[in-house]
Amino acid sequence: MITQLMPAMVKIAEKEVHSPEFATLYFNASIDFKPGQFVMVWIPGVDEKPYTISHHGPDRLGITVEAKGLFSKKAVSLEPGDKIGIRGPFGNGFNMGVGHKRVAVVAGGCGMAPLAPLVEAFQVADGPDIQLIQGARSKSFLLYPDRFTANAEICTDDGSKGYKGFVTDILIQKIEELSAASAPGFDMVYACGPEIMMAKVFEICESYGIPCQVSLERYMRCGFGVCGACVCGHAVVCKDGPVFGSKMLRTMEDFNTRALLKTGQPVPLNEYATWRCQ
Amino acid sequence: MQISFLGKTLHTPMVLASGVLGNNKAILERVWENGCGLPTMKSIGPAPREGHKNPTVIDLGNGMINAVGLPSPGYLNMDEEWQELSNRGFPVNASIYGGSVDEFVRVAEFVSAKGPDFIELNISCPNSDQHGMIFGVNAKSSHDVVSAVKKVIDVPLIAKLTPAAPNIADIAKACEDAGADAICAINTAGPGMVIDIESRQPVLAFKKGGLSGPMIKPVAVRCVYDIFRAVSIPIIGLGGISTGEDAIEIIMAGATLVGIGTAVRYRGITVFDKVNKEIDQWLAAHDTTMEEIRGAAHKEAL
Repeated sequence: MITQLMPAMVKIAEKEVHSPEFATLYFNASIDFKPGQFVMVWIPGVDEKPYTISHHGPDRLGITVEAKGLFSKKAVSLEPGDKIGIRGPFGNGFNMGVGHKRVAVVAGGCGMAPLAPLVEAFQVADGPDIQLIQGARSKSFLLYPDRFTANAEICTDDGSKGYKGFVTDILIQKIEELSAASAPGFDMVYACGPEIMMAKVFEICESYGIPCQVSLERYMRCGFGVCGACVCGHAVVCKDGPVFGSKMLRTMEDFNTRALLKTGQPVPLNEYATWRCQ
Repeated sequence: MQISFLGKTLHTPMVLASGVLGNNKAILERVWENGCGLPTMKSIGPAPREGHKNPTVIDLGNGMINAVGLPSPGYLNMDEEWQELSNRGFPVNASIYGGSVDEFVRVAEFVSAKGPDFIELNISCPNSDQHGMIFGVNAKSSHDVVSAVKKVIDVPLIAKLTPAAPNIADIAKACEDAGADAICAINTAGPGMVIDIESRQPVLAFKKGGLSGPMIKPVAVRCVYDIFRAVSIPIIGLGGISTGEDAIEIIMAGATLVGIGTAVRYRGITVFDKVNKEIDQWLAAHDTTMEEIRGAAHKEAL
């Protein structure tokens, strides 16, 4: 059993390579989990980083890793049988609400990873209609292209698959279509992706009066709301989030503006992103 | 419950321990609004410092082990924070550290001019081999740092001490003699180590780390007890305080204010309000006051 205390060393049961950039590591271990929560993943001698759980079953979990920096490149090079440490789950996860009839799920790039278990949780009898809007730089960055039965709109920055443009264009289009057809609109919009994308989703939702939830990323250390590394305005991302709803987003002055470097220095988000992507 | 401390009125006797939750105005204000009378900033250092690689903080269930490693933007790179804090409506305790007396003095002089209500000298952090605890385990070096810093600041000085000192009462007395206005005790204990037996590796990247939370409370209570007998300046007591009864205990050992750090993990940011209410309830139920119980554990012996 994986808990929030000492990391549990778990064996990689299977590795699924999605593309040159993405791989999912699966573990046969149980964890109490709700979509949107994350775990701290430790590779001894390397580092420990937060990852969302992208696949979850009673005795199985998976994390999807984008090979980008030192840690993530090491993670995707691991093979079945190798062991890594996991502690968690941490954070609040998505609020799935009660009685939603129609929801939109908007994913940008690896932002699909935390949203995937949410989509699956909604894909049940009596579940809401799900409008999935998934975007990425190009075709090979689209995560889990065949995983869902939901209505999906695909877009890429370079047009290599689906609509050439942004997920936010499609979101507006879908909201307008429902409105024009006098159909009930979205009860909730869930989003994860680059922060600028989530800020745009929030702005769109505010202008149409639709509540939304977005999942933020910050540099983290403890994972449970003590060390202050991931503070965003008055919010502690690992503990109060990483999922934040519209009401909270309205009060978070650092949302889409500032983030803390490892030194604790607040910097503009683009400067932070440059550091994180090293 | 309002309390007067070194000439300032605090809305509660609760203090946020340094290193917890951070430096920006919005989070410190939130802590204050949730019942913390005196939020302490994360220690400010002489140069930009990233701290250690992860894992840096592990919850052991009855407390934490951490070696975050004194991350700091560096005192010259905090204009934004000070700008925001300049129009605050709450008191702030600025913790600082250095690797030499000169560095402490340089940081202290600069930070003092930014208008914190207090300056706390971190001569007690176990998570760097060049800073913190190396000063606080020795009475002479503690005296040297405090007296040098005292000359260049115009706000009250609080010395934060380590339980790793062979005799913490001697250190406290040396700080008082050097001009410290208050003592804050204790910083994390140990340092300790946890080894993952599967990978056969220490879990913390820095290998060792300071212990905090309920597991160290008896150490904190003993330290405050010893310090209270040695000095006449007020004491901020902390180390494993999670409930009103814990707070009462450390006040009976001699604390004037009570710090909270790790309990934020176990009871959330509202822990300050909760503990404050629990103190009030205990005092009411026992028909007594803070003044009456402060140092009460010494009465028989005195």
